[in-house]
Order: sequence, then structure tokens, then C-alpha cells
Amino acid sequence: MFDNLSDKLHGVFKKLKGHGKLTESNIKATLREVKLALLEADVNFKVVKSFIDEISQKALGEEVILSLTPAQQIIKIINEELIHIMGDEDSDLNLKAVPPVGIMLVGLQGSGKTTTCGKLANYLRKHGKSPLLVPADVYRPAAIEQLKTLGKQLDIPVFDSNIKQNPVKICKAAKDFALKNAYDVCIIDTAGRLHIDEKLMAELKSIKKKVGPTEVLFVADAMTGQEAVNIAKTFDDILDITGVILTKMDGDARGGAALSIKHITGKPIKFIGVGEKLNQLEKFHPDRMASQILGMGDMLSLIEKAQNVFDEKRAMALEKKIRKNQFTIGDFKDQLQQMMKLGSLESIVKMMPGVSKKMKNNAQDFKDGEKDIKKTIAIICSMTTEERNRCEILNGSRRKRIAKGSGTTVTDVNKVIKQYLETRKVMQKFSKLGIKGLSRLKRSL
Amino acid sequence: MLFKAKPQKKGFFSRLKEGLSMTRDNIVGKLDRLVFGKKKIDAELLEELEELLITSDLGVKTVQKLIASVEDKVSRKLLNDASELKNTLKEDIYQILAGDEKPLEITKKPYLVMVIGINGVGKTTTIGKLASQLKAEGKSVLLAAGDTFRAAAIEQLEIWSKRADVGFIRQAQNSDPAAVIFDAIASAKSRGIDVIIADTAGRLHTKVNLMEELKKLFKIARRELGEDHIETLLVLDATTGQNAVSQVKIFHKEVGITGLVVTKLDGTAKGGVIVGIADEFKIPVRYIGIGEQIDDLRVFNAQDFVDALF
Ligand SMILES: Nc1nc2c(ncn2[C@@H]2O[C@H](COP(=O)(O)OP(=O)(O)OP(=O)(O)O)[C@@H](O)[C@H]2O)c(=O)[nH]1
Ligand SMILES: [Mg+2]
Repeated sequence: MFDNLSDKLHGVFKKLKGHGKLTESNIKATLREVKLALLEADVNFKVVKSFIDEISQKALGEEVILSLTPAQQIIKIINEELIHIMGDEDSDLNLKAVPPVGIMLVGLQGSGKTTTCGKLANYLRKHGKSPLLVPADVYRPAAIEQLKTLGKQLDIPVFDSNIKQNPVKICKAAKDFALKNAYDVCIIDTAGRLHIDEKLMAELKSIKKKVGPTEVLFVADAMTGQEAVNIAKTFDDILDITGVILTKMDGDARGGAALSIKHITGKPIKFIGVGEKLNQLEKFHPDRMASQILGMGDMLSLIEKAQNVFDEKRAMALEKKIRKNQFTIGDFKDQLQQMMKLGSLESIVKMMPGVSKKMKNNAQDFKDGEKDIKKTIAIICSMTTEERNRCEILNGSRRKRIAKGSGTTVTDVNKVIKQYLETRKVMQKFSKLGIKGLSRLKRSL
Repeated sequence: MLFKAKPQKKGFFSRLKEGLSMTRDNIVGKLDRLVFGKKKIDAELLEELEELLITSDLGVKTVQKLIASVEDKVSRKLLNDASELKNTLKEDIYQILAGDEKPLEITKKPYLVMVIGINGVGKTTTIGKLASQLKAEGKSVLLAAGDTFRAAAIEQLEIWSKRADVGFIRQAQNSDPAAVIFDAIASAKSRGIDVIIADTAGRLHTKVNLMEELKKLFKIARRELGEDHIETLLVLDATTGQNAVSQVKIFHKEVGITGLVVTKLDGTAKGGVIVGIADEFKIPVRYIGIGEQIDDLRVFNAQDFVDALF
């Protein structure tokens, strides 16, 4: 049992000490896992490749911070980079123009433009605007009817168009109408079309030219696969889109298209659609999206936990103590308590991807390990301050008193002391590696 | 040879070819470029092949399986030359898809085709096309407006019923879709209609309450007609990535799917996710959609599909 526990402690302390620098070999397996995760999330293959290449170039040689393993550290970096790529930009709607301001929604068939028009109108009205909905889809049967019905539901006016009219003319007339009737935003619902349909893409271009919208929003289905890049790129090339709205985010799609589209167009993702109701439009949150695409939410929360718990000052003090050979049994107790704060060993191990089933199934082992740690802490708590600082004074009678105080046996107390001495030896070995990491630690924590 | 099926109307064949050629050119070009000048099948070639398949949305798992089979053939010296690679791979994928090639057969009267799927995949449009096709085969068809939820969904289907010149049955917006189905069945029985095609509201497979509502529709249909009178078509959008697997899995578990339709293959997406779905679920693909016009529906042909992939 003691060996068992000692092994575990060894492992945990090793983790706490970090692993030196990130190298190609210590992140290789993790990068492969991340690559597969991204592909399974439908991030475009080329995007995945360039993203991973970029990250590993940047990360190589970076010092591993104290509380993380190289695998965890690279995932942390990847997650931060994902958030950075997908967010970082002002995602507010641009309404800065002489009213009526035009907002134009474009995209493939079935991506959710019409519903999103309704949602946007609702959103803008809430923000004090008086929007006019403009149905310019004269192709899909009953598309105009659909927008009119939504307008009725919302009690927001819909420009009166019909399928015999030309979409460009509809939009122009709608803008004039809005001006006369003091509507300050025109939300234009265009017909869904394939990006390779040159004639219909040219039509969008004419609408844009005639209306001069401040926003041309590309509406994309969150479930879109590998083609998302080509589709988004073509729409952007032809129309110079100003932003993206991702729809159907309330399903179980991992949403890799978000990364693909952002990567290829560089245009901000402004909103997400999270349901069929007209108030189910939300601001885009890059952090949530990143963790959804990576699909390693548990791992990310573990990393976060490990970082939060690991207090910088303590780490510095500990480092100093170890170096000066002043690591006391009291410090030993503190370390064990830190470990317990991370959550149960079992839950920590379960959260980590790639941990073997055998280990996961060994729940009893972990429970035993935890019980041991708790017992150890109890024993050390029964020591006096002097005993904690100078364990060599722990003679037979002191040991007997401690056993009694902690409700354990002298054998248990002996074990704890032996554990401590061994840990101290191990830690001294590691202290040589970790000193350089401290200055970096300050920055990265 | 690429598209064996005969064109049904003038312009149909060319449109199909046009629609799928985007897809084909892309990949043929790439694969041929890959193999060009190479004799040996090496790790680099296989890796590039892997990339090619993944960009067609085949998905990591399926691609790894296909590549492993190629590697196995190489190691057993069944496959030596890089130029044979394409045919071998095509054959492997064809073998997976061949089982999916079972056209819809309307065996009972009245027959009910339930059309289900997530939002915007092309359910209503597919119904319009299918109605027109069945009508052309001499069947009497009745469309049931089972999407009582989405704005103007009923009007949309009504327009299609007029285009296809078939019967149409509806109730008010927001009425119970189960009542619409019940009505349609009763009406078809009394009028001696051959086929009812029922539209349903688009729903994400993850919405428990909407899936319950769908189950209720099926309960009524099965009670009124019996299982063997019903075809359940799940419509998938070819532009969708790996989430299509989840859609098939959950819809199948909840209501039991008997056939698939893959729409929007006239775009540049290859619908490669179907390969993995065929492998895992063995549900036949009845039709593919290749455009927005009434005759843009085709019976699924595995060889055509594979050819379009490469
Ligand atoms: N290019 C192309 N567009 C298609 C195809 N099938 C359907 N569409 C278009 O996709 C859009 C959505 O089609 P619908 O039939 O309304 O889809 P739905 O599944 O009924 O949608 P909801 O009822 O709103 O869930 C329409 O613009 C159709 O014209 C196809 O095969 N190719
Ligand atoms: Mg519909």
C-alpha cells in the first residue's frame, strides 16, 4: 500500500514540477489527438493542418508551467489560440450610416436566413431601432409568405413584395419606402443559393451595390462539413461579407465550420442561432465555441482547476525551501492538501482523455489512495509546530501521542514519516530542473 | 459510363452532369495528380489520399478504415502499383454503398411516405419532386401538410402540390400534425389514393419534445395503416459534415428509418458522410437531390455516387 501511494505522490509531484520545455516528442501524441478531434468536429482539413503547424511552431521550446503536463500545456495553448482566432473582434452590428441602414443576409439554401431575419429584427427593435423586413427571395415557394408571417408574429412591418418582381428592384424600392416611412434599418432576406451559381451570385452583388448595406452577413449552418471553407470564401470573394451568423447551434454539432469560416474569411462571427423561436439569437462566445470544437471540455476544466489551485507564491516558497533543503513535513501536508483541492484523484484521472480503461476501472485503488492521503493529513495535523519543522525529534513517545491524537496506530505514523522522507528525496532531485521555470511561471499563471 | 441511368427529360442529364461535375473534376484532378509519376504506394501517398477522402466528408473513422484496408492489400502484395490505387479504393467504397442501392418500392395501398429530418435539409422540396415522379409513373398521390409549425410551410407544400398536380390536404397553422396525418390516411382510403406523402416540421434530433411529437405521428400512422404500409425517409443535406451520423442514429432510434435522401448534391459538397452511414446503419439511400427544380430528383446509384467522389 505504501509503495502504491508513494508512486502516486511521485507522479503528482512530477506533474506539479512541470517537464521542462515543450518538445516535438512530448507533444506529438497530444497534437495528433487534437488534430483528430478537430477533424471530427468538421474543421476543414487544410485549416486543421495549418492551425496545428502554426501552434506547434509557436509552442516548441516553451517552458512547461509548474502545474501542468506538456500535454495539458499544449491543449491550453491550443484552446487559447482557438478563442483568439474566433473571437478578438468587435462583433457588434455596424449601424453607422445615414438611415435607413441596410443589413443583408446571404447564404446557401436551408441555412436559416429567413428565420434569422426575424430574429435580427426582434433584436434590433429591442435595441431601440425600428426595422423593416424586406423579402427578396422570389424563388423558393412561399418564402415571401414565410417572412410576412414572421413579421406578423413579431408585429414588425414587412415590405410588400411578390414573386413577379425583380429582387434588386424590391430592395431598392424597400429602401425608398423605409426612408419615407422613417424605418431606420432594412433587413433584407435574400434567396438561398449555391456559391457556384454565377447568375444568382451576380444578383446579390447588384443588390449590395444598389442598397449599400453596412452589413452583409453570411448565414451558415453549424453542421456544415468540409466545404464550409470554399462556400464561405466564394461568398466573401464576391460580396466582401462583413460577418457571419451560425445557425442551428442548439443541436449536437461540434461546429468546426465556425473555425474554418473564420480562418478563411477573417470576418467576425457576430451571432449564433440557438432555437426556432424568434428570441433565440445570441451573441457569439468564442470560448464556448472553442471548447465545443475541441470536444475536450473536461480536460480544459481540469487544466483550469489545476492552475487556479496552484498558487504562485506558494510555488515560489516551496521551490526555495526544496532548494535549501528546508522542505518540512508541514510543507508535505500542504502539498497533499493542494492535491485534494483538485478534486478526488479518481475524478481527475477520469477527466483525462487517453487514460487507460484499466486505470479508470481501478476506482478502488484511487479510493484507497485518497483515504491514505486523508489519513496522512490527519496524522500530520496532530503534530506540534516544532515536530513539523524538525521531524528528527519524533521519538517513540511523541509518535505514540500523535497516533492517539489522530486515531491511528504508531505503524501508521511511522509510515507517514517514511513517506515524507522519501518524497523529500524525490523533490530534491526535481528541484534542479525547475528553477528556470519560475520566471516564466509568473507570466503564464 | 459515369451516369448510367437514362435521362428522363430533356436537359436532365446535362444538368445532372453539370451538377456533379464540379465534384468530380475536383477530385479526379487531385487524385490523378497525386498518383501521377508515382509507382510505389508509400506513406506520403497514403497520407495525401487520407486528406482527399477527409475533404469529401467521409470522416476520420471511415477514412482510417479505408486506408487500413489499402495498407493491408499493399502488405499482402495484392496491390502494388500506385495507378491501381484509385480503382481499388473505388471498389472498396462501392462495396460499402452497393447495399444502399434499393429503390423505393410502393407495395401496399395506400402507401404512406413520411418525410422527416432537421430544419432546412430539403424535405418539402423533395416531396414536391417525389410527388411529380410518382405521378408520372401513373400513381395517385396526396400530399399531407404535416408541418403546421414553420411559418408558411403549408403554403410552400401547397405550391408544390400544384406544380406536381397532385392532391393536397391541410389543416390550420399550429394545428396538431397527428390530426393532419390521420385525416390524410382516412381521405386516401376513401378516395383510393395510392400514395400519401407527409411533410413534417424540421426538427433537430436533439430536441426531446419534438422527437416525442414525431413518435406520436408514427404511432397513429402505424395504428391506421400498419408498419408495412409506411416508408420513413430521413432527408440529409450533402453539405452537412459528421453531424449527419448523429442525425441518422437518433432519428433511427426514435422512429425507425427505412430510407435516406441526400439533397443538394448539385453543390460542391460530396456527401461523403453517407459512406460511413451506409457502413454503420445499412439503411438504403432511395434518392438524391440535385437541384431545386421539380425533376431534380434521382434514384440513388452507388456507382454514380462513387464515380462522383473520384
Ligand atoms: N441546390 C439545391 N437546393 C435544394 C435541394 N433540395 C432543396 N433545396 C433548397 O433548400 C432549401 C430548403 O428546402 P426545403 O424543402 O424548404 O427544406 P425543408 O427541410 O422542408 O425545410 P424546413 O421545413 O424549413 O425544415 C430551399 O431553398 C430548397 O429550394 C437540392 O437538391 N439542391
Ligand atoms: Mg419544409
